[in-house]
Amino acid sequence: MDFNDTAEEATFRNEAAAWLANNQLTAEETQGLNRLQIAKLWQKRKHDAGWACLGWDRKFGGRGASAIERVIWDQEESKYDVPSRFFVIGQGMIGPTIMAWSTPEYCERFLPKLASGEEVWCQLFSEPAGGSDLAALRTKAEQDGDEWILNGQKIWTSGAHYSDYGLIVTRTDTSVAKHKGLTVFMVDMRSPGIEIKPIKQLNGESDFNEVYFTNVRIPDSYRLGSVGQGWQVCLTTLMNERLAIGGGGPGADVKLAIDIARTVEINGKPAIEDSAVRAKIAEYHVLEAGLKYNGYRAITALSRGELPGPENSIGKLVGAPKLQSIASFCMDLLEEHGALWDEAQPLFDGLAQRSYMGAPGLRIAGGTDEIMTNIIAERVLGLPQDPRADKGIAFSDIPTGGHS
Amino acid sequence: MNFEFSDEQLMLREQARGFLAQHCPPAVTRKVLESDADYDAELWQNVADMGWMATTIPEQYGGLGLSYYELAIIAEELGRVVAPLPFSSSVYLATEAILQFGNEQQKSRWLPLLASGEMIATVAMTERPGQLSEHSISTRFYQDTLTGQKQPVADSAISTLIIVLAKNADDELVLCACDATHPTVVHSSLRSLDFSRGHSAVQFNSSPAEALTGKTTDWASIQELLDRAAVLVAWEQLGIADVALEQACEYAKQRYAFGRPIGSFQAIKHKLAGMYVKNTLARSNAYFGAWALASGSDQLPLAAATARVAAIQASVYAAQENIQTHGGMGFTWEFDCQFYYRRAKLLSLAIGSERYWQDRLVTGLDNQTPNAA
Repeated sequence: MDFNDTAEEATFRNEAAAWLANNQLTAEETQGLNRLQIAKLWQKRKHDAGWACLGWDRKFGGRGASAIERVIWDQEESKYDVPSRFFVIGQGMIGPTIMAWSTPEYCERFLPKLASGEEVWCQLFSEPAGGSDLAALRTKAEQDGDEWILNGQKIWTSGAHYSDYGLIVTRTDTSVAKHKGLTVFMVDMRSPGIEIKPIKQLNGESDFNEVYFTNVRIPDSYRLGSVGQGWQVCLTTLMNERLAIGGGGPGADVKLAIDIARTVEINGKPAIEDSAVRAKIAEYHVLEAGLKYNGYRAITALSRGELPGPENSIGKLVGAPKLQSIASFCMDLLEEHGALWDEAQPLFDGLAQRSYMGAPGLRIAGGTDEIMTNIIAERVLGLPQDPRADKGIAFSDIPTGGHS
Repeated sequence: MNFEFSDEQLMLREQARGFLAQHCPPAVTRKVLESDADYDAELWQNVADMGWMATTIPEQYGGLGLSYYELAIIAEELGRVVAPLPFSSSVYLATEAILQFGNEQQKSRWLPLLASGEMIATVAMTERPGQLSEHSISTRFYQDTLTGQKQPVADSAISTLIIVLAKNADDELVLCACDATHPTVVHSSLRSLDFSRGHSAVQFNSSPAEALTGKTTDWASIQELLDRAAVLVAWEQLGIADVALEQACEYAKQRYAFGRPIGSFQAIKHKLAGMYVKNTLARSNAYFGAWALASGSDQLPLAAATARVAAIQASVYAAQENIQTHGGMGFTWEFDCQFYYRRAKLLSLAIGSERYWQDRLVTGLDNQTPNAA
């Protein structure tokens, strides 16, 4: 075991690091631009130099790079404060879905502009009636000649308000079992009949939207896969979601807990000397270090040209509840001052409070703790699925508890 | 980045697993557990023939001169079968103590015997209930003799050499080697919760002994000895944790209740997924521990403590929830679930409890974390 790059990896890393060091956006260039405009400018610069969507084919604006080269690039790029979240869904999840399911013409039409940042995409999957049970979705698509007419509502859509296109899954047949009556389309987000409303979250921020569709028309050529094949198309997107969801910025961690525990006192001594405090910090370190070394194992697999093992699937399941718990613990150390979240005079950058208020969302987004636990039990450990009350029943006959 | 065992090392794992499947099926562990024996002597000889005790002993002392990665792999496999052997006492602790603290003459005298398995040795440290520390040692080493009582000492009754942590006339810590079979050394058998291993109270009555004088003995160097053992014990615990999870999954798929496999109930499957999460974190932390041990990194104290805490949590949880998943059958003498439950707890207490290692972990973190600006 060692933590060094192979010779080829080191060459690639040096090349990436050198380019990043010499090509950062200057203050002059970003002056007066909003976050999205800055992100687009940075994406364009990367694209023009061959550093966009590294794993994609060159003809789609990528580089044909290996998985380990993508990891190395991400490691090097993350050393800089660059805006990238606007493209995570489009490039990480939707691009691969288009590649797998659309025509060569549309790949050439959409992928290069996705790679260059010229066009932003959103993912229209979740609905009020279908979150964890995604296939329970009800947004209806009806064929009308060469077009489809969409009616319904999507929810939890990140970036709908600044997206040019979306990937939407709809119900095209209610007379068959729920997974069989779905169809996926690409949709122009500027089509008439689309209305977007931001959702205000419990932490006061608005990362997501509700998107309403009223008689929205889509050409049949925008369909991905055949009619009724939508669930398989969705699985392509969701598989890539596991790979695309990253760490998500700074949050409360062991380092913060140690900083606070060195500063505050318990019974007249630094809190870090208190055995109960030490036991908690040790617990959190076991989780953080375990995830970090899980990551090293996954990178090793990629470096050998293998796929990461199932150990990779526990990241969010461990990380999100840990964030919530350690944030809470850090606030406990501050006692009554822990409740203060005053931007004008933040305690320890307000990191604990911000994490505490954001963590509930992380435990739900991209698969709740409970769904992630089911996935581990069923796909990794091979345990049988729960019996389902909706199995083999036509979608229209599935009980809804009065909600429809 | 290469954070994985080599192909040769992975081959060793396969070979060890096959060997133990043949030579240490559950019946072998059960035989020792149900008898007064402290170990299975035939298995010890078989394992010695494989050269496992010789793994990290340098070739000049009759060893194989392999790395700690190989020893970690063997430890995991021994854990998986709950081997009724004094391997942890003799290899992770006594052999390590002589390698670390012995002078040249002492190494030449004992290491070849330990490498071949002819000699079984153990380490005696703790004396009374509560945390082991330099203050808790009252056994005296004075004029080349030892006086005092150590308990519990694992595997002392089958050992021919005991490495004893004592204090000299100047109240300084000293590690000394004592002939375990000398008539002045009295072993009184103590029952532990793991019947497949032997424990004793050992009384030293002016027993002849010699100090290990290869390097200075102080509390820091004793802790380093424990750090090194902790990584290897963690791998053994990992083996226990994984087998307990495998058994629980197997049972949950076969056992039906309310017309369906119990593994289809979320109350069961979430429990098993929780075991998997703990085991996975423990394994990745144990990888880093193995790296720190094998590479001689100065991160060993933190790496060892992290591996140890994670392994304690994973193995104890897996062992107890394996029984729970088996329901009433898991509580019977007949089922093997008890093996893991007994051994997991024994190992989690053997070289310092979870609390001790949590504390040591945070000391390591505190030392490695710079003060915030």
